Amino acid sequence: MSRAALLVLADGRFPAGGHAHSGGAEAAVKAGRITGAKSLEEFCRGRLHTTGLVSASLAAAAALGLDPVALDEAADARTPSVALRVAARKLGRQLMRAARATWPSAELDALAREFPKGAHQPVVLGVAARAAGLGAVDAAYCSAYESVGGPATATVRLLSLDPFEATGVLARLAPDLDRVADRAGEVARCAVEEGVDVLPAVSAPLLEISAEAHAAWPVRLFAS
Amino acid sequence: MHLDHTHDGPSAISADAHRPDGTRRALRIGLGGPVGSGKTATVAALCRALRDEISLAVVTNDIYTREDADFLLREAVLPPERITAVETGACPHTAIRDDISANLEAVEDLEDEVGPLDLILVESGGDNLTATFSKGLVDAQIFVIDVAGGDDIPRKGGPGVTTADLLVVNKTDLAPFVGSDLGRMATDAKAQRAELPVVFQSLRAEGGVTDVAAWVRGQLAAWTA
Amino acid sequence: MTGGAAGVRATARIAARSDGRGGTALPTLEGEGPLALRRTRGSGAEARVMLVGAMSGPLGGDHFTVEAAAAEGAALHIGSAAATIALPGQAKGEARYDVRLTVAAGAELRWLPEQLISANGSDLYVTTHVDLVPGARLVLREEQVLGRAHEEPGRLTSRLTVRLRGRPFLDQELCCGPGASGGWDGPAVLAGHRAVGQLLVVRPEFAEALPSPQLLGECAALTPLAGPGVLVTALAPNALRLRRTLDEALRTLDGRV
Repeated sequence: MSRAALLVLADGRFPAGGHAHSGGAEAAVKAGRITGAKSLEEFCRGRLHTTGLVSASLAAAAALGLDPVALDEAADARTPSVALRVAARKLGRQLMRAARATWPSAELDALAREFPKGAHQPVVLGVAARAAGLGAVDAAYCSAYESVGGPATATVRLLSLDPFEATGVLARLAPDLDRVADRAGEVARCAVEEGVDVLPAVSAPLLEISAEAHAAWPVRLFAS
Repeated sequence: MHLDHTHDGPSAISADAHRPDGTRRALRIGLGGPVGSGKTATVAALCRALRDEISLAVVTNDIYTREDADFLLREAVLPPERITAVETGACPHTAIRDDISANLEAVEDLEDEVGPLDLILVESGGDNLTATFSKGLVDAQIFVIDVAGGDDIPRKGGPGVTTADLLVVNKTDLAPFVGSDLGRMATDAKAQRAELPVVFQSLRAEGGVTDVAAWVRGQLAAWTA
Repeated sequence: MTGGAAGVRATARIAARSDGRGGTALPTLEGEGPLALRRTRGSGAEARVMLVGAMSGPLGGDHFTVEAAAAEGAALHIGSAAATIALPGQAKGEARYDVRLTVAAGAELRWLPEQLISANGSDLYVTTHVDLVPGARLVLREEQVLGRAHEEPGRLTSRLTVRLRGRPFLDQELCCGPGASGGWDGPAVLAGHRAVGQLLVVRPEFAEALPSPQLLGECAALTPLAGPGVLVTALAPNALRLRRTLDEALRTLDGRV
């Protein structure tokens, strides 16, 4: 395995559609809940330990080779907001395209056939990591980092936030990212024995609610 | 799933000229250019000029979610199912050049849902002079500038002006009012683009989009040849 | 029921079935210790059961379980006489409260208890497992109130797992209070709201057509799930406002606007 593949997969320039999504930051900015670096950090920390942990665990489990169809079902059950399910499948489909072109694999092909309109993004991410020769914790790191990187980048555009401050936020979240990735790797290994039900289901009520509000805006900069 | 499975999935990962079922896909033409230069108006005029002879659809890439798509819908240039808006996260140039995944999905969905199509116009949201379309997304691109944006734009060059398959200088009817020198624009464009074509148009004048439509027909003929 | 330094363990069991005359019979209605049950007057075919708290609780170290099953043709409504307050106890460790609900095809269960209040210093882990089959009808409300008036909450973890035909249908966990992971009260999760609730409605007819997503004020939304159900998620500054939002959503879904 090449650890450098993780850099390719986690690179914000990896062409998988993420740039059009704010991870809930656009709605939080409009509601006045993100106003600067401090509130961005709290937003990201909350997202990381809730949906970020759930996504990282799904990605880690997929990277270990758990049945992606069962994982996709588990992701549906953990995503009550229809707007977030739509966004997750859209991003999953886009990641699938990029991953198949980058790391051709029979498992990615099979998943694409099973979900022509896209599986949940973390599931695709895990299978892509597997195709790239990466491990469960690598996939978890990638997913966890995306869960905070997206909102941070979007907030730079939305608030004209100083990009150095936004990068500082991500750096300060590093210990939290380590914990989430380790925990995701651990529960994914448990899931191999005990099934997908043991994967975390921690939710963020405000992300769910404001995703529905955001999807109904007539004018917005980001898709979610 | 087996790791030793042969690699036989759907083939349309990027700019493949065929659809998964082996048929030739629609020609894709991108329209880019600065804000307010008349891209959406040109798309609307092209739709009116071509819709009776070919099957076509439009993908818009807006800065704000759906404004251009909504304009086209209001103008009723095509049935609504033939117009799709891609969301760009405030960065149309990223969506048409650096990360084309959402646009590829949109063009493929249009072909699946309303196809077969001869032509898909992919319009970029107004952007800067360096915004160009990826070759993985479109087969040819049109760059639209206007006389009111300054008659020095062709001289300044940039990838859009220099390399687009067709340069359109729009709103020529405004030239006398904004003091733009059309002759100078033509000379500068020729210097930047050598043999690549340039069209001067005013959508308000007789003829309107005729020259651009003729160029599109030529591209289509070459695509299907 | 067992007690002592390890805390109280108590289980209540309810089983409902059709009485064959258009009503609902309760062949099992067993309370225990702090989990007393009382049958009250229901409406129409429905049997109504109230959980009556005979003691306060759960305290640290306690483990309460409520099991309810509605068999084909039964209409069972379960409520509680008062809010449940999680309190710190003599015994060390967390308290547990487990709810196990089973609904058969052609049966309806309405699980509408009063709020769960997480008092300062308490540590409670609540699990609610619901097993449904196609044709089952469910109305389930959960409300968590973080702290009594003007008090910081205790630690509360609440996981709701609903399965339909044995497959995952809805799985949601809320973790808050001291010791919960960072950001739980921040702008992505609760943002200072002290009451959070969910209303889940599952109906066979939703398999044909699901209600569209709908905003219910600034901090509540109804959203169609990936199967035949809708979930209302709501945040509010207090229990009263939360209940108002959830009641209104339920009235709308029941067609009693």
